[in-house]
Amino acid sequence: MNKITSLADLKKMKGQVQTKLKMRENSDAADTLVQIKVGMATCGIASGAKETMSFFVEETSHQAIDAVVTQTGCMGFCYAEPTVEITLPGKEPVVFGHVDKAKAREIIDRYIIKGELVDGIIPVNFKTIHD
Amino acid sequence: MRTISDHILDIVQNSVKAGATLIEIIVREDWNEDLYTLEIRDNGCGMDQQTATRALEPFFTSRTTRKVGLGLPLLRQNAEQSGGQVTIASEPGKGTVVTAQFGYGHIDRPAMGDIAGVFILTAIGHPNCHFAYHHTTPEGDFALSTSELKETLGEVPLNDPDIMGAIRELFVNNLEGIKASK
Repeated sequence: MNKITSLADLKKMKGQVQTKLKMRENSDAADTLVQIKVGMATCGIASGAKETMSFFVEETSHQAIDAVVTQTGCMGFCYAEPTVEITLPGKEPVVFGHVDKAKAREIIDRYIIKGELVDGIIPVNFKTIHD
Repeated sequence: MRTISDHILDIVQNSVKAGATLIEIIVREDWNEDLYTLEIRDNGCGMDQQTATRALEPFFTSRTTRKVGLGLPLLRQNAEQSGGQVTIASEPGKGTVVTAQFGYGHIDRPAMGDIAGVFILTAIGHPNCHFAYHHTTPEGDFALSTSELKETLGEVPLNDPDIMGAIRELFVNNLEGIKASK
């Protein structure tokens, strides 16, 4: 592929991506949307939240999971950074702590896709385990 | 914070929390004066003079989730370690400008790091804010804004891995072109 050095080059790429995206547009958006919020305050960044967020963005896209990944501030669990809050459609938000890439993969494969609970949930949301 | 781009990721959060809709990230490399300047300008809620001064202290924060606020003090530490300084100019209701100066050739000046990744993640992470990046060296300029990107990409989302890769390439190639410090 040619080197991308300008917005015009980027525009050329757009076509290919658009075709790829059309092929997977069969989901019923809003009620299947997974919300992923990555804690991106000083404490999070220092603990590697940037890599965690990158991973979530890339992996949800690769696996064609309907997810929106955003950044949020400090949730007050600085000792457990990077922290990630995940809201599955129709469920209460769950906060996970110490989410490095390996943990992120486990969360995607087991919690987001299969709905199983995995270790590392921060106790404030403990009740969600029982509901 | 290991790199200047980590600081950018961090300080930009302050702007977002201040309700800014336009955040400019300006990097100037002045090789002759031995200066490396990072400026973050926002149109958020701003703060009064006293708060602006206290914001550089480690145990000051306006948030309630915890009692420390280390983002700006860590930036200040890195700037001062490389012979520079951090200043904050702010006006309530207008916005804030945080300026960090580093010694360009100082051994303790952090590297820029993955600025492309930081820009992309910040843009994805705050879809309702506009971000503009501007980098100047004696060899030239590079500027990129999220509004330009959105205009170019239309309905194709920024978080597509191919698009993210392309934007990263756009950054790397252009920054190489103006011989920006890595």
